[in-house]
Amino acid sequence: MTSSEALVRVEGLRKLFPLNAGFLRAPTSFIHAVDGLDFAIAPGESLGLVGESGSGKTTTGKLLVRLLDITAGHVFMQFDGQVLDVARLQRSDSKTFRRKVQMIFQDPYESLNPRRTIFDTIAEPLQVQNIGNVLDQQERVAELLNLVGLSPPSTYLFRFPHELSGGQRQRVAIARALVINPAFVIADEPTSMLDVSIRTSIMQLMQNLGTQLGVTYLYITHDLAVARYMSTRLAVMYLGKIVEMGATEEVLQRPQHPYTKALLSAVPVPDPRWTRTPVEIKGGISKPIDPVPRCRFYDRCPLAAKVCEDNDHPPLEDKGSEHYVACYRV
Amino acid sequence: MATEERHNPFATAQPAGDGTTLDQQERERLRAQPLWRVRLKLLAGTLWNNWKLFTENKIGLIGLAIILFYAGLALAHPLLMGRVWDPLIYDPVIGFDPLAAPHPAPPSAQHWLGTDPLGRDVLSQLMFSTASEFILGMVAALITVTIGTSIGALAAYFGGWIDTFFMRLADLVITLPAIVLLIVLGGLFTLDLPLLALVIGILSGFGATTVIIKSQALTIKVRTYVEAAWVAGGSHWHIILRHIIPNLLPLTFLYMMFTVTDAIFAEAILSYFGLLNIRMSWGLMIHTTQSAGYLLNFQTWWLIVPPGLSITLLCAAFYLVGRALDEVVNPRLRKR
Repeated sequence: MTSSEALVRVEGLRKLFPLNAGFLRAPTSFIHAVDGLDFAIAPGESLGLVGESGSGKTTTGKLLVRLLDITAGHVFMQFDGQVLDVARLQRSDSKTFRRKVQMIFQDPYESLNPRRTIFDTIAEPLQVQNIGNVLDQQERVAELLNLVGLSPPSTYLFRFPHELSGGQRQRVAIARALVINPAFVIADEPTSMLDVSIRTSIMQLMQNLGTQLGVTYLYITHDLAVARYMSTRLAVMYLGKIVEMGATEEVLQRPQHPYTKALLSAVPVPDPRWTRTPVEIKGGISKPIDPVPRCRFYDRCPLAAKVCEDNDHPPLEDKGSEHYVACYRV
Repeated sequence: MATEERHNPFATAQPAGDGTTLDQQERERLRAQPLWRVRLKLLAGTLWNNWKLFTENKIGLIGLAIILFYAGLALAHPLLMGRVWDPLIYDPVIGFDPLAAPHPAPPSAQHWLGTDPLGRDVLSQLMFSTASEFILGMVAALITVTIGTSIGALAAYFGGWIDTFFMRLADLVITLPAIVLLIVLGGLFTLDLPLLALVIGILSGFGATTVIIKSQALTIKVRTYVEAAWVAGGSHWHIILRHIIPNLLPLTFLYMMFTVTDAIFAEAILSYFGLLNIRMSWGLMIHTTQSAGYLLNFQTWWLIVPPGLSITLLCAAFYLVGRALDEVVNPRLRKR
């Protein structure tokens, strides 16, 4: 994939959270939540971002929609030939940006304002961006309700969130994200708060709508099964760094980074006779506070060697067929 | 069809044919009701639900009954003065009944609550004062919650120096003893009713109310739906006006009730010290009684009991309604 055809191209994205800032005192310590990400997403594909809690995947999502300010790096997005740098968004570009990039949040019980009707919630992007008159908006919202499987729309339009189930609420949240025809949607674990029984239907819905409306997804999840189902490419994050990236099946079938291998070996297998290969990594994920310049995974890595300690975190290297791994030992 | 021919603002929207477009029936169902009427209906439904929750609480109903009783008294006074009562005898300020002497006269058929030391009808005074108590309470409460809600929402949303400034100001206002300050102000200026309402409203608005509303706003600010509104392209003002303030309103309404109580109480104290430029009020009735030397005289109970009881009852009533509203607003306090 050449960079010119990418919809989203992230270069050296960093987000540092200051820790001990005080009045008139500069912070001396930082959490390196996202520490130098490079990846690109082609139009129509969906990139799965996986990693355990604290790996920085949600922060990455929030940076891409500018819910958080970007500390350093570039996020280029290309819509209809127009290239925006999200890190340095001009006022004139921000309108395009808000029309083309939307987000689906994790918790459907938190992401809908309890005092606003379903119509107001879904129509909000249209209302704040002055698209269409009220009748247009009403029709568009009804259309979207149909699309996400809440029909007939007129029975849902003027209900309040507390009258809907969790799955229905997440459908509403999806409708809100799609109502202005975005090109790029960031989905932050949209199924993790839902019952297992309705997860599949929500994932199917998102996939169908993705192909139908030509939406490109960044799908953030900690669940490898969900990531496999939802994404064409996969990026594995560890402490603010991408440690492995490639086509989903390639990464899952032939994991190369020791962390990815450990993640995969932790996936439960529905076979009572199957014996688990012991998980080789030790300890838990630490906090990326002022990390020392060495491989981030050094403390827990079974392959750790002198080269990993003496050098900075390894760069992502192409190990063939666009399978990138950041490790000195593979 | 007309709707198809209109300019389509969603020109890039997905074409029909996949079951996503609306059928004709659905389209008509949507157009059958204008949006404002739907919203009105929703509002009525919400109010009705809240009313049902409110009526489950007996103390709220008692409070409401007392408030309605006094509201009735206030409304009845101009009618009585116009039709039934002779203004020369029954005027609350300049009336005088020569036949009822010596004053203060005990309750009788002509004067149900007797007359005061100056020969004026106590019932008429009581009823006349009720209206000003209501207006004072309401105006002070409105000023309080307007200030409290806007400052609270702004301080919570923007943080930084706005937050610091208004919170330190609140600390200052909370430390000031309000009644003592009002007494000093009453000595320096001629306080009349609107000015008193303004002062009480400002004192209470920049004080504790702001802190409480701000703390609530802080919990709303971090909700995901606020983030969603931001991602949707909403401005700061959109978020404050459409998401934060609507979610603050129940609490705001609650503190309005408590401010009414405070305002009526403050008025009574100031009038009692004779520091208010006001024609007639419950506090002034007690002041008159005291300055004529009848305050602790139980033979003339009709001078002190009606205004004293009224102040207590009306303050309690607003407080009770506030308590009941608290349960409507805050589901965790409900019994079921």
